[in-house]
Amino acid sequence: MKVRSKFLVGSGIIVITLISLAYLGFTQSKTYYHTITELSTLQGTSLRQRMRVSGNVKIGTIAHVPGSVDFVLTEQGKDLRVSYVGRDPLPDTFKDGAQALVEGKMMPDNRFEAEQVQAKCASKYEAAPNQTSGSPQPGQTSNGVDARPAGS
Amino acid sequence: MDILGSFSLLLAFLAAVYAMGAGIAGIVTRKTLLTKSARNAGMAVFVLVTLAVACLEYYFFTDNFSMAYVAAHSNRALPFYYKFAALWAGQEGSLLLWTWLLSTYAFFAIFINRNKHPELMPYVGVVLASVQTFFLTLNNFVASPFAVLAGADPSGVMRVSALSDGHGLNPLLQYPEMVIHPPMLYLGYTGFTVPFAFALGALLGRYPGEKWIHITRRWTMIAWCFQSIGILLGAHWAYAVLGWGGYWAWDPVENASLLPWITGTAFLHSVMMQEKRGMMKVWNIWLVFTTFMLCILGTLLTRSGIVSSVHAFAQSSIGNWFVGFLALVFIVCCASYWKNRDYLRSDNQLDSLVSRESSFLFNNLILLAACFAVLWGTLFPVLSEWVVGNKISVGPPFFNKVNIPIALFLLLLTGVGPLLAWRKTSFDALKRNFAWPLSGGVLAGVIALVFGFRDIYSLICLILGVFVTLTIFSEFFRGARVIAGRDGSNLISAVGELTMRNTRRYGGYVVHFGMVLIFIGIAGVPFNKDVQKEMSIGQTLNIGPYSILCQNFDRVQNGNYDSERATLEVFRNGKSEMMLYPERRFFLASQVTETMVAVQSSPLRDLYIVYAGRSPETGQPVIHAYLNPLVKWIWFGGIVVVLGTGLALLSNRRAALVFRPVTEQAWGDRLPARVSPVGAIAQRGDAND
Repeated sequence: MKVRSKFLVGSGIIVITLISLAYLGFTQSKTYYHTITELSTLQGTSLRQRMRVSGNVKIGTIAHVPGSVDFVLTEQGKDLRVSYVGRDPLPDTFKDGAQALVEGKMMPDNRFEAEQVQAKCASKYEAAPNQTSGSPQPGQTSNGVDARPAGS
Repeated sequence: MDILGSFSLLLAFLAAVYAMGAGIAGIVTRKTLLTKSARNAGMAVFVLVTLAVACLEYYFFTDNFSMAYVAAHSNRALPFYYKFAALWAGQEGSLLLWTWLLSTYAFFAIFINRNKHPELMPYVGVVLASVQTFFLTLNNFVASPFAVLAGADPSGVMRVSALSDGHGLNPLLQYPEMVIHPPMLYLGYTGFTVPFAFALGALLGRYPGEKWIHITRRWTMIAWCFQSIGILLGAHWAYAVLGWGGYWAWDPVENASLLPWITGTAFLHSVMMQEKRGMMKVWNIWLVFTTFMLCILGTLLTRSGIVSSVHAFAQSSIGNWFVGFLALVFIVCCASYWKNRDYLRSDNQLDSLVSRESSFLFNNLILLAACFAVLWGTLFPVLSEWVVGNKISVGPPFFNKVNIPIALFLLLLTGVGPLLAWRKTSFDALKRNFAWPLSGGVLAGVIALVFGFRDIYSLICLILGVFVTLTIFSEFFRGARVIAGRDGSNLISAVGELTMRNTRRYGGYVVHFGMVLIFIGIAGVPFNKDVQKEMSIGQTLNIGPYSILCQNFDRVQNGNYDSERATLEVFRNGKSEMMLYPERRFFLASQVTETMVAVQSSPLRDLYIVYAGRSPETGQPVIHAYLNPLVKWIWFGGIVVVLGTGLALLSNRRAALVFRPVTEQAWGDRLPARVSPVGAIAQRGDAND
């Protein structure tokens, strides 16, 4: 075999291996983003996917019950009941009215079971986009490194 | 004084525009005077931007809270070093820092070569000025750091107003590394502009030979070194400050900094193919182009929030500018490549699969695959939304599945590549060079296996790490022994002599060794342990060989923050070893809670303790303890990498006497010409440089 074709075969093997690994990793970790409004329209298998949903914590709905923390996420008038079943303490920023991002799965009873909750409190850092002050957003420092909220 | 900053920034913009316009005119009309004036304008940009930066720093140090940017990111009580670092705490200042570092690079690139390469430098100057024009446009017209706070007075006239005190710096940024990490990373990002300018300049000007490669290799190494420092400092900051027990999470913002580093690494290797064999010219040009574009993309991802990482909900319109610029750069690159593609014809073909060339090819292929995978994973939410209308993100399993095998294969090549000869390596040479190190590696693996080392990737990493280390040491040893034998010196000084005679090669080995240390550190991950427990006073938590006794919880209050603190005593084998004090601080000014991690670090393992908050159910304090083996090796490896790069940047001792004339034309077929001046090493033609 000529050197060139040997090289091509070698490269081909490497590339195919990597693609299959990538596919495997992809199926294991893909997560869908959905809005609360979209959730009600989902059907069948797409309801069983792992997903991320964001919204605001409805004021007065946080309830500590044995085994979980229940609360309601709201977005554009639509509500979603969430049960947080994770091990980690909730971030301090998780309060009434906070903007939260939950990751987990829909349960058959239309409850969202979250394994992770990330939250952003209504602090001065929550400046609207394009404000002249240009404050860094929480969770994203201005220098290229991502800051994950404590407890995430 | 208040307008000096914005005025000099505006002048800088005009100077950059002039440098670009006059530069192009100078090239077209071939008028030397015009070219010279463009060059001077290019250097003036640096002076003007420096002035603007100095002004902004002055506003910070004088607590000028009529400046919007200062008011948003500083306060009177802030320590002076954080006032200094507050310059890059927000969007506007970060972009100014970008521009300033870029102009610094541009200044030196132009200044050092002011009397050299008259056919190449005008093009380089134009490219540099164009990039600067873009960033100065942003600085002046889109995200000016010099906006003043103003309000209407009772009669309706706008007047400058000032706050009595600023909002303060984000507590997450109040950490020593934050003073040096962003400039380092930006020095990396901006530094890749210089090789880009030389590559594009050489292509546009059809500059003969491989000289641009020689000039840019050094600049690339400098940028690469800063990028490495920046990435590692960022990882260390994430580890020490964010309190989640890890240092890398494949977050878009992290990935953004890794991408140009990967292609930069690929370029630093494949560049040798072009220098020695006149091959891969197209590839190299595109690697440089890609690296630069990835730097812009990285800035775009960081600044715009296009890929909304879970943590960054940030949105900003500035992204469109970067997308536009990126598209423009891509079009210019494609067009100049298409127009001058015949200039990049290769001089040689691949001779054998077992050769230095092919190891470089595989190295590049693999690095590019890694880069592509990381890029793909990072942009996947955007791509999937475009294609199927559904935003899908991928997590660490995706990145790890692809990148761990790639990294291990690279580690293998790190050991194998430098010992293969150019063109073709004989089986005897292979046996001679590899028998020892390979058996050492396998032996280490067997020993580890006996001691219950079961993680396959970590085991391979260990074997390869030992193998690569042994090949590196044997290289030093062989060369040094010859020198010691001839000069009658001892082996240690012979190693120094050897290194100084060919800094690039031996510096490269040191960098490789540093990478091995980093790999070993990362290989500790599968052995991480963590325990989380609600604790009350008098309870203990067991992790690995340690048991942690909770002695007390108390509150510390001062003007800056309220803190909940745990006092923990750490026992090992029943003996008290140390006290640790993890805290949770609530910063009053910014209303932000921050974790203060308590870490006890040793070369073998880090004991990393987080006061995680109070349990949602019982209200008891929760302590999260992590046992992370070998993390320290990563930081130490980073230092070795930096030292090695520094070494490789030094000039060769005696080089001027012996092989300067040879290097000048050391390309194409004249391969054996560029051997070290040391006769003894020259005999081993299979492994030169």
